[in-house]
Amino acid sequence: MQTLVAYVENKPGVLNRVSSLARRLAINIDSLTVGPTDNPQVARMTIVAHTDEKGGHRLEASLEKLVDVLLAENISERSLLERDLALIKVLADQQSRPHLMELIKVFRARVVDVAPESLIIEVSGTVDKIDGLLEVLRPFGVLEMARSGRISMTRGGDLLRPPGAAMASVEPANVT
Amino acid sequence: MKLTGAEILCESLTKLGVQHIFGYPGGAILPVYDALGKSKLHHILVRHEQGATHMADGYARATGGVGVAMATSGPGATNMVTGIATAMLDSSPVVCITGQVSSKLLGTDAFQEIDITGITMPITKHNVVVSRAEDVARTVREAFVIANTGRPGPVLVDITKDAQQASCEFDWEACAPRLPQKRLRNDHNQAEFDRALELLNTAKRPLILAGRGIMLSGAMRAFEQFVRTSNIPVAMTLLGIGCFPASDPMNLGMMGMHGEAWVNHAIQESDLLIAIGMRFDDRVTGDLRTYAKGARKIHIEIDRAEINKNVKVDAALVGDARQTLEKLIPHTANPDRGPWLAHIKELKGDSAVRDIQSLPDNGHLYAAHVINDLWKETRGEAIVVTDVGQHQMWEAQYYHHNQPRTLITSGGLGTMGFALPAAIGAKFAKPESEVWVVAGDGGFQMTMCELATIVQEKINIKIAIINNGFLGMVRQWQEFFYDKRYVATPLVAPDFAALANAFGIRGERITARGDVLPTIRSARESKETVLIDFRVEQEDSVYPMVPAGASLHEMIRRPNNPLVETASEP
Repeated sequence: MQTLVAYVENKPGVLNRVSSLARRLAINIDSLTVGPTDNPQVARMTIVAHTDEKGGHRLEASLEKLVDVLLAENISERSLLERDLALIKVLADQQSRPHLMELIKVFRARVVDVAPESLIIEVSGTVDKIDGLLEVLRPFGVLEMARSGRISMTRGGDLLRPPGAAMASVEPANVT
Repeated sequence: MKLTGAEILCESLTKLGVQHIFGYPGGAILPVYDALGKSKLHHILVRHEQGATHMADGYARATGGVGVAMATSGPGATNMVTGIATAMLDSSPVVCITGQVSSKLLGTDAFQEIDITGITMPITKHNVVVSRAEDVARTVREAFVIANTGRPGPVLVDITKDAQQASCEFDWEACAPRLPQKRLRNDHNQAEFDRALELLNTAKRPLILAGRGIMLSGAMRAFEQFVRTSNIPVAMTLLGIGCFPASDPMNLGMMGMHGEAWVNHAIQESDLLIAIGMRFDDRVTGDLRTYAKGARKIHIEIDRAEINKNVKVDAALVGDARQTLEKLIPHTANPDRGPWLAHIKELKGDSAVRDIQSLPDNGHLYAAHVINDLWKETRGEAIVVTDVGQHQMWEAQYYHHNQPRTLITSGGLGTMGFALPAAIGAKFAKPESEVWVVAGDGGFQMTMCELATIVQEKINIKIAIINNGFLGMVRQWQEFFYDKRYVATPLVAPDFAALANAFGIRGERITARGDVLPTIRSARESKETVLIDFRVEQEDSVYPMVPAGASLHEMIRRPNNPLVETASEP
């Protein structure tokens, strides 16, 4: 599994170019998230791909060849933080509700919707944590689930920012 | 000044230095054609849009500039696909302009609507839809920049009909290209450079693998200087032919599947490969597990995605070939390569090199004879545009190119039908040069409709058809690997000479060895296009041959046939 971060032009068709490239390289994308940055013209992607280190390098270098990709970086080997967000709708009757609340507490998740027969639980964290919560929720009856896919960021002073982006407090030197 | 999008397009192309456009009109591009008629641009009407893209490609390959092809929406655009892919695989700077249905009809399956940017996404360097007249000039300028910077490639610009018709203020200065600001990588790091130098200056049996990137970066002079200062012999890829004179003793010739045996052996025995502007294609490496096992590798390459793609290298110098070589040269030592060069000479001597000219004429006409005579008669100075197959390999073996951009051929995609249209493009690019088509009877039949383009444009190219009545290369594979079961390779062709006559072109048919040279001579003397149908030996094969997937040194060698031996000494 390889994790890449890409800054791309925020315009139509760019997502298609990125996913089409992965398809062409026969690399399966496990998750791909896109979100805006403080520059409305630039979006940030986190791509998690089913491939080895060599595939990760190829994907990175090929992504950066796309005109609309400003920067692509394979951060798999770096110290990084990753987060996934899940909304899980689970069956909850009078009997099971207290047990569920216990579990939710342990996982530091929270209840965001309550209905007579079910709850929606919001949880964020690493993929493992969410998988762990899911596993213990399953016996209660998981009705529906939505996951955001991973977003990742390198830790500390290891900065990944689009070219030209100036941030007042930090020297923009450590970009590569 | 207010202009329509169509007029802005023509104006922009003119300002970008375009003189020729290869194209075919249709409904969705009509406004542009109307504007073309009022411009100074020379439009060449092709007979099929695939031909337009190959012509633009041939034009680009002959000059290094950008070639321009144009077509209408729908089938006009889809017919371009093969030509675009051909340009993509060989890094050729081609800009394709297609008409598109009006923007309000997009996505409605309107008449002749097709999502050509979707279709060509994986086979273009970049593509874009323009749906406003205001965006035409900037987009076209950007397309030219993208097509011909870095690693070149085709760019497609799809312009909706309403964008062609609408009017807006045209201000060239205000439409300068505004390409996304990309991160600059610090690829030329000193450590990598030092490692490369150390490998370079300590190697005992080094070899240079020269590719098309040398020509694309205009590095010929730096390259020659690098060869002289380092005293390292050169092997070329098919598309690298011409980057270094064939007549130079340091040039060993072509490598790979149909490379000369001594070249492939030298690669396998080397202790250092310096790959420049080439990408270790499977046709030049053979089995990767056994490829140059004893050699360290330095890769000089502009495209970072090519590094370690097929072959793991020890030092990667990512960047422009010329700049990198110029940086390397002052630090390159010139050690004594005597034993290594002597050994290669020995390998060469072992390869049964004989001058096929001196062989007795016993009535057989071989393709090698034709190519050899063509080479001698043109003194290796013609631009030769080949199609794909056996004749292509024979040309690469027997026609010795001393000048860059004089062999134009489809290497990466291996597109049959490429030669005739690409030669037309090359002729427009280099009207003073002698241009020869060398094509097989199969490939020629794929795009021979462009003979009419030649006549309409009154241009003078020479066409040599190496006619063996087979799809020769496929037949050869069937002979070697399918027990001579010739399925779908015997090929009926028209009487090419009579066909040429029907187009109003002089046609000749040659069956005897002795007639080859006089006919080539007489064709060269003509101021008009001449087609020569050379009826050659039907079941001749290209040797040596590394079977697909075999090790580079495991070549099928020429059986003991006294008639045809390997290439004559340049």
